[in-house]
Order: sequence, then structure tokens, then C-alpha cells
Amino acid sequence: MSQKYNADEKGMYGRFGGAWIPEMLQPNIDNLKKVYLDIINTEKFQKEYLQLLKDYVGRPSPLYYAKRLSEKYNTNVYLKREDLNHTGAHKINNTLGQILLAKEMGKERIIAETGAGQHGVATATACALMGLKCVVYMGALDIERQAPNVARMKMLGAEVVAAKSGNQTLKDATNEALRDWICNPEDTFYIIGSVVGPHPYPDMVARFQSVISKEIKEQFKEKTGSEYPDYVVACVGGGSNASGTFYHFLDDEKVKLVAVEASGLGVDSGETAATIALGDVGIIHGSKTFLMQDDDGQIVEPYSISAGLDYPGIGPQHAHLKDTDRAIFLDATDQEALDFALEVTRLEGIIPALESAHAFVALNKLKLTKDDSVVITMSGRGDKDMGTYMDRFNLK
Amino acid sequence: MNRIKQLFRDKKDILSIYYTAGYPNLNDTVPILETLEDAGADIVEIGIPFSDPLADGPTIQHSGETALKNGMSLNVLFDQLKDVRSKVKMPLILMGYINTVHKFGIETFAKKCNEVGVDGVILPDLPFQEYLDNYKDTFDQYGVSNIFLITPQTPEERIKLIDEKTNGFIYMVSSAAVTGAKKGLSEAQLAYFDRVNKLNLQNPALIGFGIGDHESYKETCKYADGAIVGSAFVKLLGQAKDLHGEIKSFIKEVKGI
Repeated sequence: MSQKYNADEKGMYGRFGGAWIPEMLQPNIDNLKKVYLDIINTEKFQKEYLQLLKDYVGRPSPLYYAKRLSEKYNTNVYLKREDLNHTGAHKINNTLGQILLAKEMGKERIIAETGAGQHGVATATACALMGLKCVVYMGALDIERQAPNVARMKMLGAEVVAAKSGNQTLKDATNEALRDWICNPEDTFYIIGSVVGPHPYPDMVARFQSVISKEIKEQFKEKTGSEYPDYVVACVGGGSNASGTFYHFLDDEKVKLVAVEASGLGVDSGETAATIALGDVGIIHGSKTFLMQDDDGQIVEPYSISAGLDYPGIGPQHAHLKDTDRAIFLDATDQEALDFALEVTRLEGIIPALESAHAFVALNKLKLTKDDSVVITMSGRGDKDMGTYMDRFNLK
Repeated sequence: MNRIKQLFRDKKDILSIYYTAGYPNLNDTVPILETLEDAGADIVEIGIPFSDPLADGPTIQHSGETALKNGMSLNVLFDQLKDVRSKVKMPLILMGYINTVHKFGIETFAKKCNEVGVDGVILPDLPFQEYLDNYKDTFDQYGVSNIFLITPQTPEERIKLIDEKTNGFIYMVSSAAVTGAKKGLSEAQLAYFDRVNKLNLQNPALIGFGIGDHESYKETCKYADGAIVGSAFVKLLGQAKDLHGEIKSFIKEVKGI
């Protein structure tokens, strides 16, 4: 794999990335940087990881030809079914990889941040499986909004700690997790849920999610006989399912990479999470990237109907893919995502997560022909969003 | 000779005080500074509030949130500081997170520091290598010192490199913690202070994190050129009924004068 779109040894993707962290985190990050590739490339690690992905997660996840959706949009739509994974989303691919790494490094305590609770549940699941202590930081506001996931984490044995600073959502939970790590540098491993944070996290998480595109490549060839789809599409908040969807296609420039951001009530509404559309360059959670900030460099609270996409930054690799025009960035409003959630459900009998519903907006915004093939990553299932769907679709 | 160097040459047991600009009220920044100098503080670190202060504990987080609500920003701060050199003589340091400075513009920031008479800056999340590659020349050009943190986990090689490439003082974080977290000195900390002292650094060193009263100040002064008090002072600012009177008695009490 070429280095054109991946991190260099300093963790830079073009002008983005790096490790902008206080000295208190430096030894932890340096240590992780030193060992992560050596450990995850060992035969022992790979064997254990792949076995878990197969028997515990249920991989490979199917690549499904969505016939009725294809007819409606007069093209060929394939869905990569990450929603069928154990715990209901792609997040588990990453948490299992990181927890095996943590174990190998002799860590005894796991911390994580979570927004809607999907990464928190995936982390609590991995900790239950491995018998490790688990502390999940979650914004106090999100704890109120996502009661079922909080209960799942607790049932799995995790301690859920309310982040009460700032606006009490994902970015504040991330700050609290980083503070915990500063105070517990010896025994604790921080499992970050997306391709964000200081190097080596963006690269490490992308590697663990790259199984998505590895499978797409194999399955697409098996199904169609052709080597490459014309488009691969994913929604992007921090960007972990998009990174996984793009990874093995980065150097195949004939495959168009499409990322769909959440624009909330509209890019210019002030209530949005469209980081690429709005953001300028700054530093958030240890990484230089595009982010939403005001004129004084204060980070702006994002908004989206989908809790998994309302992050004010974006993974540094995605910022670089934007810079180099390697990826196409689109955005979808709350309403567009809701419309597609219902349409996909009615045409295919699959209820998508609100996050994943954003990705389908590409079907409207790309100029697709009947010969094109489009792979859309269905990053998660919609069970967790039934509250929103009940309200918005009058299902009560 | 710059003000930082002169101070460390002339005085021992330096007391450095941290507080957040624009807290408790927007226009308290400079009056607090004047009271601190009157009362006997030797250096002041003025915090630039940031929305996401990931190295700070609850006390300083809260002060930053309040300051932002009060309307504090780098533009407002430099405006407040424009005549500060007619009011105080001690070395002034600005301390903040890199994003606010990055957004303001590195060169503009360094130039403004020079214009108003700020002697040094502490940007805890500016990586040292990044500083050497892309920031140092600009700050040097405007005569502004960059001060870096070291911790008990920082390798000796890195401490030496930081010492070699900077010219203010070394900020020794006393333990693995966010600001305001721990109190008292352990065996491990004393060993760490010893280890650093044996390196014979060219720069003076101040110890910070977990220092908030006369006892801890005196104790840390045994192992370094002085001590930094942050959260304990910010807490006082948040609770004080007679702001300037209480600042004075706090400084006198910590210094034991």
C-alpha cells in the first residue's frame, strides 16, 4: 500500500494529523506508537483477532445487492452490512483490535468515550469478553438521551461516568477520557472509537476497520466478476466506518470515494455537523484537522439528529482526502437522512441507523448511470434510533 | 537581559501564580495582576480560556468557561494588556492551548506578546518537535520565550533537549495529573526532582501541580527554583468576597511573609 493517503511515520496525512498533546500524555503515546504495529502484525495477534471477527462478530458481513433500491435509482446498489455485526455496528471491529493490543501491553483498565453509546457498548462488550475493568465517559446530556445504551453498558459491567463539563456531549466525554488517561498513565489503555485523536490512533483505528473494504473487494469480485465498484460510500462523523470502507481502495483511483457528512438543519443554519463544508484548520483532541470553530478558535458545538455524527472535527485522513480531492464530500440534512431511513426500510426491509441513513443521500446527489455500481456501507442498525423514528414517522 | 532571566538571577524561591484571564469578571485581569505584584508574587501566568482544556481539572475548567461567557478572547486580552508595562514589572507569561493561538495566527500572536510586554508563553499541547520545526524562529524573532512541561515520565534525553532549545524556565509537572488534582509529595516525586536536579540544566525550573499553601510551597522550593500555584488561587478568585484583600493575604500566607 502506498503512503500517499496514509500516515507517515510522524502520523501526518499531508498537512493534517500529528500528536498535539500535553507532555503528560507523551510517554503513553510514544509507547503506543512504538509497539502498535509490531504487536498487531504478529501472527499470534492476527490469528486471535481474525478468529474473534469470524466467530464472535459474525464476519464476513454480507455484501447485499439491493434490488429494489437499485431499480428506483436506476443503478446498482450494494449494501455492506455492518449492521449485522454483533452489537449492531462497525464499532466492534475496532474495539476488539484495541483490546487485544491493550492485553498484549499488559494494561488492566480500559477507558473509552462515547456519544450515542455505540462505541461505549462495543467497548463494554469487549471488556466483558476479556475480563477487563471498563470505564466509559459519556456526556451527561447524552446519558439522559440514550438510556437503553447506558443500561446495556452497565449490564455488561462497565462503569459509566457522566462528563459534566462544556455542553456535556461527545467532545466533552473525549476531554474527560483524556484527563483520566493523564491521571492514570501506567495501568490504563484508552480505546478511542474513531479515526481521531493523536497519532497513532487515526492510523490504528483505520487498520482495524479496514476489514470492511478488504471484504468489499473480495465480495464484489465474487458477485460481479469485476475488480472494482465505481463508488464506495459511507457516512462520516469522526470517520471510522468511512476509513474502513475506503482503506483498500485508496490507491485505486478509478474507485470514487464518497463521504457524507451530517449537515443537521442545513450547512448554514448554525445547527450542523458539516465539518468539511464549514471547518477551517485547527487542533482538536490531539490532531490537526478541519474543525468547527469560531473566530477566537473556540470549538463550536455541532448538531445533528444522529448522535454518532455530531463531532466538531473529522479524522485527519479525511481532511487530507479532501485536500487532495481523492474523496468526494457530500452532506445530508436531518430531513434527507430521515427520508432515506424510511425509504430503505420500505424498499429493502432493513432499518438503518440514522448515521447510515445519511450515506444514502449520495444516491440523489451523485450522477449515477444504470451501469454504475455503488457500494454503500450500512454502518449500523436502527434499533437504537427507534425513539426518533417513532416521533418523526408517527409510529406510536 | 530579559525579565525572566533577571528574576531568576536576583531571587530565590520564586512564586509563580496562574489565573485565568477574564475571571471572575471580564475586566479583573489587570487589577488582579497589580494586586499580585504588590503582594509579592514573582511571576504570573495568565491563562487564555479555551473551550476544551484537556489538561485542566474542574477548577480551572470552570474559570475558563466563566471567562468565555464573560467575553474573554485573545483580542480582548491583548487589548487589556496594552498598557500593562506601565503598571507591573514582573515577568508575564501567557498560558493556553494551541488552537486559540493557531487561529489567532502564530506571527500575530508573537508580535502582540512582544508589543504589550509578555515575556513567555506556555502552550502545553504544542509538540516540542513541531515547535522546533515551525514555531521557534517566529517566537525568537519577537523575543518571546517558550516554556515546556516535563513530567515524572519524561525521559532524560527529552528533558535535556527541551533545556537546550529553550530559554525561559522548565515547568516541572509534579505528578501524573491534570491541574488541581493531587496534594503532598511522595517518595517517587522526590526521586524525580532529584533526577532532574542532577541533570544540571541551564534553565531554572519551577514545580507546578498540587501546590496551594505555604507548606507545599516551602517544600517544593527545596527541590527547584520555585513553585507554581494555579488551581488553589483560581478557587480563591471564584469564592472571594473581598477579591483584592483576599489575594493579598493568600500570597503573603503562601510565601510566609
